[in-house]
Amino acid sequence: MGSICFDKVDKVFGAGSGVLKALEDINLIVADKEFVAIVGPSGCGKTTCLRMVAGFEAPSAGTISVDGKVIIAPGPDRAVVFQQFALFPWKTVRGNIEMGLRNKNMPRAQRAPLVEGALKLMNLESHAEAFPHQLSGGMQQRVAIARAYVLDPAVLLMDEPFGALDAQTRVVMQEELVRLARLNPRTVLFITHSVEEAVYLADRVAIMSRRPGRIKGIVDIKAVRLAEQWDKSERIEDVMERESFVHLRSNIWKSLREEK
Amino acid sequence: MEPRLQPLETIAYGAIGLVTFFAIWTIVVLSGAVPHTFLPLPTAILTRFTFLLTHSFAGATLPQHLLASIDRYLGGFLLAALVGVPLGLLMGWFRWLDDILSPIFDGLRFIAPIAWVPFAALWFGTGYGGPIMIIFAGAFSPCLINAHRGARFVNASLTEAASMLGTGHFRTITEVLLPASLPSIVAGLRVAAGLGWQSLVGAELIVAANGIGYMMVQGQANLQTSTVMAGMVSIGLVGFGMDRLLRLAERAVGKRLGRPA
Repeated sequence: MGSICFDKVDKVFGAGSGVLKALEDINLIVADKEFVAIVGPSGCGKTTCLRMVAGFEAPSAGTISVDGKVIIAPGPDRAVVFQQFALFPWKTVRGNIEMGLRNKNMPRAQRAPLVEGALKLMNLESHAEAFPHQLSGGMQQRVAIARAYVLDPAVLLMDEPFGALDAQTRVVMQEELVRLARLNPRTVLFITHSVEEAVYLADRVAIMSRRPGRIKGIVDIKAVRLAEQWDKSERIEDVMERESFVHLRSNIWKSLREEK
Repeated sequence: MEPRLQPLETIAYGAIGLVTFFAIWTIVVLSGAVPHTFLPLPTAILTRFTFLLTHSFAGATLPQHLLASIDRYLGGFLLAALVGVPLGLLMGWFRWLDDILSPIFDGLRFIAPIAWVPFAALWFGTGYGGPIMIIFAGAFSPCLINAHRGARFVNASLTEAASMLGTGHFRTITEVLLPASLPSIVAGLRVAAGLGWQSLVGAELIVAANGIGYMMVQGQANLQTSTVMAGMVSIGLVGFGMDRLLRLAERAVGKRLGRPA
């Protein structure tokens, strides 16, 4: 289980004359095992949406709940993948992945197979004892995804996870994430400013307006993807050349253009 | 700043500075402008220094006095580090603790360690406890402040990552804040080591029956300025050595954390 519900959420930063309304009347339901991407111009508050689900920030009005429980603090049921990876530099790959399980007071014998599974899932077996600074950006983000997956979280929150990677690595990671999502479906809230990335990865794409951030539209991708059998294309560039993909992308792009 | 010099050049310039310094000193004394008892010759200090290495003065040889001092010093310094660093980390994590303790420590840290001498003697005696308290007073603040600042300025995404992984307070402090603040903590220990060593000698000038400071006071009482100077030289040498050791530790910490200092 893992459904996210934004109910009439406002977010205001600052106080007095320096007050800034970041988000206004956000209503969104992400169903269990659904992959929803939020796209929007920079500064529209899309990252704030994710940070509130994570419990790093609280809404100024309205509520956000996961499986009907209102969020009050961060927790391992809502694993976060950060843009800047946020790995512990003094811990090995294994140590980073293991941290969340140790926090659950899971005995070593029980942790080991889970950690091995996560390492294998992200093709990290040969780097288990490496430290983050010895790895490339793409590898570091694999570790961060493994660290989130190993917790078996109800929802996975990804904040522009591939934003700090170079173009080639980014494509590899996007394909990887699609593979993962099929292998092991999860509720995912994914923040990005790349429309292509959103259309390629998500079941639905929520488009946000500029300040105050509002959801101005939601585009269903999954229906088109299934009807047009995108999954038959092995590679990301093949999917992106399809007419149905181009059509969706330009529609969302036009909607975003109005905001700039 | 100008570009770095070659190591040999650095050593050569350092030697030029030292030689000039001692040359001027010698000329001033030999010219008769200052009596020998006011300022002994560098050579006289060296002679006295080597003499004191093997001959007892004020109840012990120079190495014995130094050892007594270092013994006290280590006690006070370790105590300051063992209390100051954990407390600083706790204050960096728990805002309420910071709010309670900061006003107190912010006031206390401006009191010179020597000012505690009367109370140190009264509460802990003049043998071991009193001097330790004075060293502690000197070394505590930098330990606390650097651990506190280190913990406070840890990259927010690391503490957020820890919290989303369900990390409890204790583990967040020991496995996230402590390693993240280690460079700042070691820099604080370096400052604390220097301040503690200075405080120690000040303390021994007043309260102790042995130690390098005590030896210097006895030298002063006997108008043996060369003994006082020999004491000052050994204080400088030991301080310099300790600082070098801690600098190595600083570099090792930087390397271990993947960002060479």
